[in-house]
Amino acid sequence: MSNTTQKKTLSKEQILSAVIVLVFYVAVFIAEQTIPSTSMLFTVLKKGATYALVAVSMNLLNGFTGIFSLGQAGFMLIGAYVYAIFTIPLAQRASVYQYYNGGIVQTTLPVFIAMILAGLVAAFFAFLIGLPVLRLKSDYLAVATLGFAEIIRAVFQWDKIGPLTNGSNMLRLFPTFNDFNIRNASGEVTIYLSTLVPLLISGVCIALIVLLINSTFGRALRAIKDDEIAAEAMGIRLSSHKQLAFCISSFFTGVGGAMLAMYQTTVQAKSFTTAMTYEILLIVVIGGIGSVTGSCISSFLFVACSEWWLRFLDQKHMIGNFEVPLLRNGFRLVVFSVIIMIVVLFFRQGIMGTRELPDLFRKRPTDRKKGRGIKA
Amino acid sequence: MWNTVFPYLLSGISVGGQYALIAIGYTMVYGILRLINFAHGDVFMVAGILMVYISASGLPLFISIPLVLLLTSLLGYLIERIAYKPLRQAPRMSVMISAIGVSYTLQNLVLYITGGLNQLYPTIPWISGSVTIGSATTKVVTVFTPFLTIALVVGLVQLINHTKIGMAMRAVSKDFETSQLMGININRVISVTFVIGSFLAGVGSLLYFSNYTTVIQTSGAMPGLKAFVAAVFGGIGSIPGAVIGAFIIGIAENIIKGLDIILFRAGLIAKPLGLATFSDAFTFALLIIILAVKPTGLFGEKTTDKV
Repeated sequence: MSNTTQKKTLSKEQILSAVIVLVFYVAVFIAEQTIPSTSMLFTVLKKGATYALVAVSMNLLNGFTGIFSLGQAGFMLIGAYVYAIFTIPLAQRASVYQYYNGGIVQTTLPVFIAMILAGLVAAFFAFLIGLPVLRLKSDYLAVATLGFAEIIRAVFQWDKIGPLTNGSNMLRLFPTFNDFNIRNASGEVTIYLSTLVPLLISGVCIALIVLLINSTFGRALRAIKDDEIAAEAMGIRLSSHKQLAFCISSFFTGVGGAMLAMYQTTVQAKSFTTAMTYEILLIVVIGGIGSVTGSCISSFLFVACSEWWLRFLDQKHMIGNFEVPLLRNGFRLVVFSVIIMIVVLFFRQGIMGTRELPDLFRKRPTDRKKGRGIKA
Repeated sequence: MWNTVFPYLLSGISVGGQYALIAIGYTMVYGILRLINFAHGDVFMVAGILMVYISASGLPLFISIPLVLLLTSLLGYLIERIAYKPLRQAPRMSVMISAIGVSYTLQNLVLYITGGLNQLYPTIPWISGSVTIGSATTKVVTVFTPFLTIALVVGLVQLINHTKIGMAMRAVSKDFETSQLMGININRVISVTFVIGSFLAGVGSLLYFSNYTTVIQTSGAMPGLKAFVAAVFGGIGSIPGAVIGAFIIGIAENIIKGLDIILFRAGLIAKPLGLATFSDAFTFALLIIILAVKPTGLFGEKTTDKV
């Protein structure tokens, strides 16, 4: 997972990390068969898997290439829509597209092919938008991509393309995570897979990103991040490398969007707001800009806190006759924001800095990367 | 034809004036700190919420309006002190992330306080009244806004060109380090910039929300982004540029909102196309085009910093 060891054989730390990941998956599988499927744990794992994938692909841009893109919500929207449009069963189309005579798309693709298509379409849009936008520097690029996401959101709600996107109405009745459960003939669930499969999809995609980061291409990206001029002098073509990184990141964001559609069970363009992008950015920051492991851990933490652990802050509590002050709807988000501001201001390294899972098992001296800050 | 276009043009000019007041905050902060203050739109929204709560407490207008402006300026000052000052030496990306964090915090705080419900903005006598000009009946605020905007901008330009602090601001925006060596108190200049920016955003919010009548935690985001686009369009760092950019964007946006009706009445289209959906998208398309074609904007200083 780390390129600090140049040996072909896997190091002890890498094997240990692989074991940890494996144990995690086995634990999830066992938990899923034993704990009732309504437990919050599974909601967190499903949404966490989705956010982890999107956060890692954002990290690929922000942390490894130095492209500060804020278009994530737009690419997720594209992914979610492409997935939903191509997987709604033919029989249900008349009821979903009730205002548009069943819509114009009349083919249904298998789930995994639709997910890949979702990624490809997102990547294609990234290619188009990248042509003008990637020439810009840091904050201008951020605002231009943010603007792009807003444009996409408006366009998808335009009722003239309603036969394709269902206008501003909801897309629904497409296969969701629950359809991964294996059922017997009478419709009872025999093996629960609705949490494991999303985690596996997300895991495979993240593994691909990690391989990419550690390839020659990934090292070129890091060189671009550290110093564009020096990288160019070393023979790295800036424009094509940035463009490719942007497309790859958007591909995985699109797949993440498809997963979000499955998680939510419905898709509506108006929910893919800038706030969604900000949330993912904050996940990346909390995890550590430039650490894949950090992004994964903080996704699960972020989702667990916002959906589960901090929920109690939103409800009134009584201790004896004393009502705990401040606790009411929305307080959770305030606490959350304060935590985030503290991380942003005082712990700019985030949870992991730029370290990865295998680095945690190494002895101190190899920790020399720890002192490196976030580079603009 | 003119009778159809005129109401849209009028509200375009009005919204443009309100965007201009926000855009000045963006452009001044960018000129000095090279930072896009993502929280500026939310400062604008908080000013609206403050007005709702302060006037609900029963204070008369001649106290509540100055109080809102004072508190908004104070908010701008505090944001700079708490969230941006500790990061003065940090890379630009960290400061920008901090700005996004502040925006997130302000929105969540307002969500908590208001319970996430639309707050009805108090009616301010006189400017909330209606007036008829030619074919259009509109609120007084619509007509009043551009004049107030221009008066404030003229005042601001005088301040920048003819006072000591204005001179310090110009020096800092030219060269941060050198002006420090010349004995300018950087932190004071930055604070003053934030106070002025927030004050103008406060005035903008009085006008804007008098027109739109409700405030919610997300209502600062869109005007904020549009004002930012206006600042970029006019050439970031340039105050007249920001104002002209804001008027152009405000007018264009409102014309697009009414384009269906305008084209229909002109007999060019037979049925509505739903083009109003694109009134927001247009602003961002404009941003991408201007950044690709002329990144310095209309009046921006020539620098290779942006691309």
